[in-house]
Amino acid sequence: MSTNAQTKTEARTMTGAEIVLQALKDNGVEVIFGYPGGAVLPLYDAIFQQNAIRHILVRHEQAAVHAAEGYARSTGKVGVVLVTSGPGATNAVTGLVDALMDSIPVICLTGQVPTHLIGNDAFQEADTTGITRPATKHNYLVKDITKLAGTVHEAFYVAKSGRPGPVVIDLPKDILIGKGPYTEAPQTEHRSYRPQTEPDPAQIKAAVALLKGAKRPVLYSGGGVINAGPEASRLLTEFVRATGMPCTNTLMGLGAFPASDPHFLGMLGMHGTYEANLAMHGCDVMLNIGARFDDRVTGRLNAFSPNSKKIHADIDPSSINKNVKVDVSIVGDAGAVLRALLECWQADAQPQDRTALAEWWRQIDAWRATNCLQYRQASSIIKPQHAVKRLYEITREMGRDTFITTEVGQHQMWAAQYFGFEKPNRWMTSGGLGTMGYGLPAAMGVQIAHPDALVIDIAGEASILMNIQEMGTLAQYRLPVKIFILNNEYMGMVRQWQELLHGSRYSESYSAALPDFVKLAESFHARGLRVTRAEDLDAGIREMLAIPGPVIADIAVAKDENCFPMIPSGAAHNEMILGAGQSGGVAGVTDEGKVLV
Amino acid sequence: MGVDQRRHPPSRLKNDPMSDPSYRNATIAVLVENEAGILARVVGLFSGRGYNIESLTVAPVDEARRLSRITIVTSGTDMVIEQIKAQLDRLVPVHKVSDLTLEGPHLARELMLIKVVGKGENRMEALRLADAFRARVVDATTESLVFEMTGAGDKLDAFIELMRPIGLAEVTRTGVVAIARGPRSLSGI
Ligand SMILES: Cc1ncc(C[n+]2csc(CCOP(=O)(O)OP(=O)(O)O)c2C)c(N)n1
Ligand SMILES: [Mg+2]
Repeated sequence: MSTNAQTKTEARTMTGAEIVLQALKDNGVEVIFGYPGGAVLPLYDAIFQQNAIRHILVRHEQAAVHAAEGYARSTGKVGVVLVTSGPGATNAVTGLVDALMDSIPVICLTGQVPTHLIGNDAFQEADTTGITRPATKHNYLVKDITKLAGTVHEAFYVAKSGRPGPVVIDLPKDILIGKGPYTEAPQTEHRSYRPQTEPDPAQIKAAVALLKGAKRPVLYSGGGVINAGPEASRLLTEFVRATGMPCTNTLMGLGAFPASDPHFLGMLGMHGTYEANLAMHGCDVMLNIGARFDDRVTGRLNAFSPNSKKIHADIDPSSINKNVKVDVSIVGDAGAVLRALLECWQADAQPQDRTALAEWWRQIDAWRATNCLQYRQASSIIKPQHAVKRLYEITREMGRDTFITTEVGQHQMWAAQYFGFEKPNRWMTSGGLGTMGYGLPAAMGVQIAHPDALVIDIAGEASILMNIQEMGTLAQYRLPVKIFILNNEYMGMVRQWQELLHGSRYSESYSAALPDFVKLAESFHARGLRVTRAEDLDAGIREMLAIPGPVIADIAVAKDENCFPMIPSGAAHNEMILGAGQSGGVAGVTDEGKVLV
Repeated sequence: MGVDQRRHPPSRLKNDPMSDPSYRNATIAVLVENEAGILARVVGLFSGRGYNIESLTVAPVDEARRLSRITIVTSGTDMVIEQIKAQLDRLVPVHKVSDLTLEGPHLARELMLIKVVGKGENRMEALRLADAFRARVVDATTESLVFEMTGAGDKLDAFIELMRPIGLAEVTRTGVVAIARGPRSLSGI
């Protein structure tokens, strides 16, 4: 908050554009990702005349939102986007839905035609609040300049409190040009939106009683723990170690618990580990913190963890009892919940059944022994799993703070499986929406926030083309993002489903007419390199990491590799396919399963 | 209000929610900020998530405090109705959500205007029935009558059925407004 004496005086009069910038500054904004156009020219003019807020010019508005998401996810701050009316706003919609599904705090300022033209099909008019209503946590159309500053302040509050999400503020051009009062963020409570963050002690007690009596407990945590800030991840780790229970993370939750800790079972869900999914299936008490029983995680609902008592803690009451009926529900911030659980666990006199827990761990170790993520790197052809594993090992050796983003497909799942995260906020992937084209712009946002860190987009050759224009942004701002393409010449995840579920009819899933990625990199003032043989993989990775600027590393990998383990759609956790040899088991996919995505 | 008569999304057809023993009607009262777009948010929530709307009414109830009250009649399994309430409650401009059906006895009323066209014996019969149903005549010509009637939905339904053979021409209904019996009230107003 500004302590500037000037801001203390009663409402200062400014232009709408100045009000917006002042409100952003007062909310701690340092950077905006945007793209100009007629309706937002007054804002760009105001940006030109100040230095406090940096503007990063993207090459497509969708990328601006993903960049803001990357920025937000790697810092815990709100990401800010600025786009023009009409096509600027509609281009941003995919990013907004992405942020909504993954609960990422983003504010998107959209230009709008002047208020008197709204509804007239004016040039570059779109019903932005109408279009983005289901794409945002909340949105505003500012029609009265006296409400402008207050609306921006409120937008920050809404974006980051409770379950975070994207907020759109639609700004008609006459509002940006007109003059009005600047008001500071109110100290009063919001009139209607006051999410509960502190858990109910009675529910905490009930949860601890269940957990103390458990013989086969499992903790499953998600993006809620990451969103609750690094302290929540620390508490999660402490809680797991105090209780000795096994811990698994969702795709969104990776990094909340250290991957190297022996309590960690790896990721769960459709491409989760054997041990994680069987532990979920076989547990007697499940503690879910900040995850939402997503269909990628539960598999067939009526076969999901059939014999367990379930405890669910979430900041969003609508996530509780939505898909899975639970026995104890706790509404609250993940950090507050974990702190309360830990305190209650330590204060509670009831002894834990350590013998049963040891027995449970023996069972889990037996599942672990199947070594479900093993692969054979036997020939010169690079296995995609091996490429990720070596990337992980080499970056770990180097000891640099490493941030990973991904696109969407098999490479994303391999990244989740083979790259280990020790800390939160280091892993950015499009989980809920599964947006191809997410990784490169998200990496830009991460790199802007962490200029000295190593930022790598683990990509597929198809996905990367969906926002490849952002190479221009990397060049302009000298962002040393490394794009590590697992090039299997297929939309691999599509090809895999076609192989397993549609009789190997590879309809439109071949990546034909690919560009020469080395030349493409060079044409964008970056460096490109290509690795085709396993013998050269390490050298290629080291070369990529040694280059100070942006790089595209085009790694030619096996074209027909499938991502395992896999719980086919509509199957249960204990109906997992472990590997190629067993893929005959996919015959188990029913027609009902086939309708699922 | 025919906002969305869709039953549940087809993906759930296999285990038909209506055969679930917890399937029920619910009358939900929602206190909201009286601001642009609020109705679209609520209706969009129902259509987007495939919830039923049997009826929806809305009007400002406290101009000074910019509050409106929405009454929604919906149906679903207990789990779905809990979802609907939680989803409504997390809309930013929503102050309070109350499940009148669950929380105790409540009054539910609907206003109807109904037009009957006809002469002679039919007209006399319409007037007699209206009297029995306590419907008021609010407009009359030599060949038409408009009745105003307030009551629970099934009472209005019954009256419409009686008018059908004797010249029913047009019906308009407000949808349900509801309030808890006794001293309980939706906090805030
Ligand atoms: C915008 C968008 N369009 C379509 C899809 C569907 N889809 C999911 S994965 C995938 C293939 C991705 O191919 P590639 O980037 O090469 O990754 P791979 O699976 O080969 O690793 C497609 C088309 C999607 N997720 N996002
Ligand atoms: Mg591919």
